[in-house]
Amino acid sequence: MSDLNNNAAPPSSPAAHEGSSLYVAAPLMRRRNAAETRFRLYGMLAIGVSLATLAFTLFTIFADGVSSFRQTTFEFDVTLPAETLDPTGARNPDDMAKVTTIGYKRVLEESLTAYMAAQGVDLMGVSEKDLGAFISGDAPGRLRKMVLEDPNLIGQTIRFSAFATGRIDGYFKGRVTMETAKLDSNISPEQLMLADRMVEAGILVQKFNWLFFTNSDASDTRPESAGLGVAILGSLYMMLLVVVMSLPLGVGAAIYLEEFAKPNRFTDLIEVNISNLAAVPSIVFGILGLAVFINFAGLPASSTMVGALVLTLMSLPTIIIATRASLRAVPPSIRSAALGIGASKVQTVFHHVLPLAMPGIMTGTILSLASALGETGPLLLIGMVAFVVTPPASPLDGGFLDPATALPVQVYSWASRSDPAFIERASGAIIVLLAFLVVMNIAAIILRRRFERRW
Amino acid sequence: MKDLRVERDVQTETNKIEARGVQVFYGTNHAIKDVNVDILDKTVTAFIGPSGCGKSTFLRCLNRMNDTVASARVEGKILLENEDIYDARVDPVQLRAKVGMVFQKPNPFPKSIFDNVAYGPRIHGLTRNKAELDEIVEKSLRRAALWNEVKDRLHAGGTGLSGGQQQRLCIARAIATSPEVLLMDEPCSALDPIATAQVEELIDELRTDYSVVIVTHSMQQAARVSQRTAFFHLGNLVEYGETGQIFTNPKDPRTESYISGRIG
Repeated sequence: MSDLNNNAAPPSSPAAHEGSSLYVAAPLMRRRNAAETRFRLYGMLAIGVSLATLAFTLFTIFADGVSSFRQTTFEFDVTLPAETLDPTGARNPDDMAKVTTIGYKRVLEESLTAYMAAQGVDLMGVSEKDLGAFISGDAPGRLRKMVLEDPNLIGQTIRFSAFATGRIDGYFKGRVTMETAKLDSNISPEQLMLADRMVEAGILVQKFNWLFFTNSDASDTRPESAGLGVAILGSLYMMLLVVVMSLPLGVGAAIYLEEFAKPNRFTDLIEVNISNLAAVPSIVFGILGLAVFINFAGLPASSTMVGALVLTLMSLPTIIIATRASLRAVPPSIRSAALGIGASKVQTVFHHVLPLAMPGIMTGTILSLASALGETGPLLLIGMVAFVVTPPASPLDGGFLDPATALPVQVYSWASRSDPAFIERASGAIIVLLAFLVVMNIAAIILRRRFERRW
Repeated sequence: MKDLRVERDVQTETNKIEARGVQVFYGTNHAIKDVNVDILDKTVTAFIGPSGCGKSTFLRCLNRMNDTVASARVEGKILLENEDIYDARVDPVQLRAKVGMVFQKPNPFPKSIFDNVAYGPRIHGLTRNKAELDEIVEKSLRRAALWNEVKDRLHAGGTGLSGGQQQRLCIARAIATSPEVLLMDEPCSALDPIATAQVEELIDELRTDYSVVIVTHSMQQAARVSQRTAFFHLGNLVEYGETGQIFTNPKDPRTESYISGRIG
């Protein structure tokens, strides 16, 4: 109180503002406001740039990829002649199986030529063999399978739809033009003109490509029949396994470290190493998976189980860190309240702390799952980039040990093939992957809302 | 200010808690220095003293809430009905069912009013069926003078109540486990005067069944609700005796300075 008797004016006395008007901004004030305006502009610029980049990325992906959901398809009547498909006439499956796809390919070629003649489409010099080259390489195989499953079809005329080859398909999607066809040994401008006429006759139609979601990968020569079936199933299996393995492990470890472990040098060491693990490059986890799970433990390579184990190891640090942060954010008063009425430590944590931390745990988990879903590197090392034709069996039949591939790996392997038709497929696969992520994020938001219900 | 002590005369002279030579250290900080105190059954005992004098620390020793603070170390003996609560055989969880606690800030669980009160009986297995649980909840809420206000919305959230109601809910929650001692750490410091009056009246009522220990900053409150008062200063128990005597005829000059407002 003795300060009041001091005659020297303190630095912030009212005298400092004497003679200034509130209507005029002081120079310092102007500089402060300018700094604030600048900062706002930087922020808006940063957000603008990120949004523009995102929009551009999405636009490119969708522009390239949406067409993979449509497929140019032949619709025509196929006559299944008994004399070529079942020479003995006994409808004996063993004898019928002796007719290879080459025989069926000829049936398709003949039927298509006949159908075109019936529809009045002039071949204009394109040979029957070149016409047959329009039909995707997987069509004879499908027809053969149909006939072997139902021998009664022999001798009948059925409506059959077959994919057009990637070149014809590309022509209708703008990827193949008359100019490129001249230089291309696989297709000629005459064939493309014939394709145009077939569209007019209604033999070639654009259809939604359901098989893109169910087919397995196909060889370099038939991009039209390549699908995501195995990759979708593989990714789905891995996500299931990762959730089942990483959520209890990660949340359990975090609860123990945060609520039960006595802080000492050892727990400090563990904490530092968990943070370090979160920063380890994913390819290193791939090497680890190869060495430990495949070479040492002897689990089958390329299987979703090994992939899921590696991804679990990768997502654990993130889950642990997120869980610990949300446990720490629960107000201590809740803990005191529970302990104060005689709840044990475990009861306090599981009845009161964990439910309150749940939204944060969910968000952290789903984020780390999302990044695991998009992970490619480690999966390449454990062999999930293999060309897998048979989809994995159902989980009950040991499907987790069957070889499979994953969506991001499929994107990678398609993007590295030479035929541009595969680039379209890769973009389509990215769209499916993004759809997966959107579904997961929506699930995260719904779970958050549900758990966040507070009174 | 009416003297509640006249209306309810349930004085006993049985000791509920006996503390002998209690020392508390927080790391190297000696927070409680050699405190001896006898807390009577069916009595409201007030701990008063300036901030940081150790009264809350000592209160938290009585139900071993200090165990949850890693750096805290307690020495000496605290006997609850002749059993040392710091004995190695004692499980603090079981102790806390006998010695309930109400905190400074109302801290109901983010659950329904019913679940808040029912939580203690549930975890301690005090009831065999739903009817018994309902009965305990109703009895506890009535005891906490909250029943009439919440009986129509038992399944609404406990955190939606007003501050005073929340604190009474916390008291109901504490008495639902049928404790023998009720510890209250500045239970009215976050409440407005009307809510404070309600809680004080409740505390006095609780005295018929429980031994109540209350830490308070307000000397008026200590004078209003307590029968015995202990004055803490710098970790020492300076004076302990009849509330009337402490406030009208303190023996220690430090007590006198505090109650007359010269220190604190």
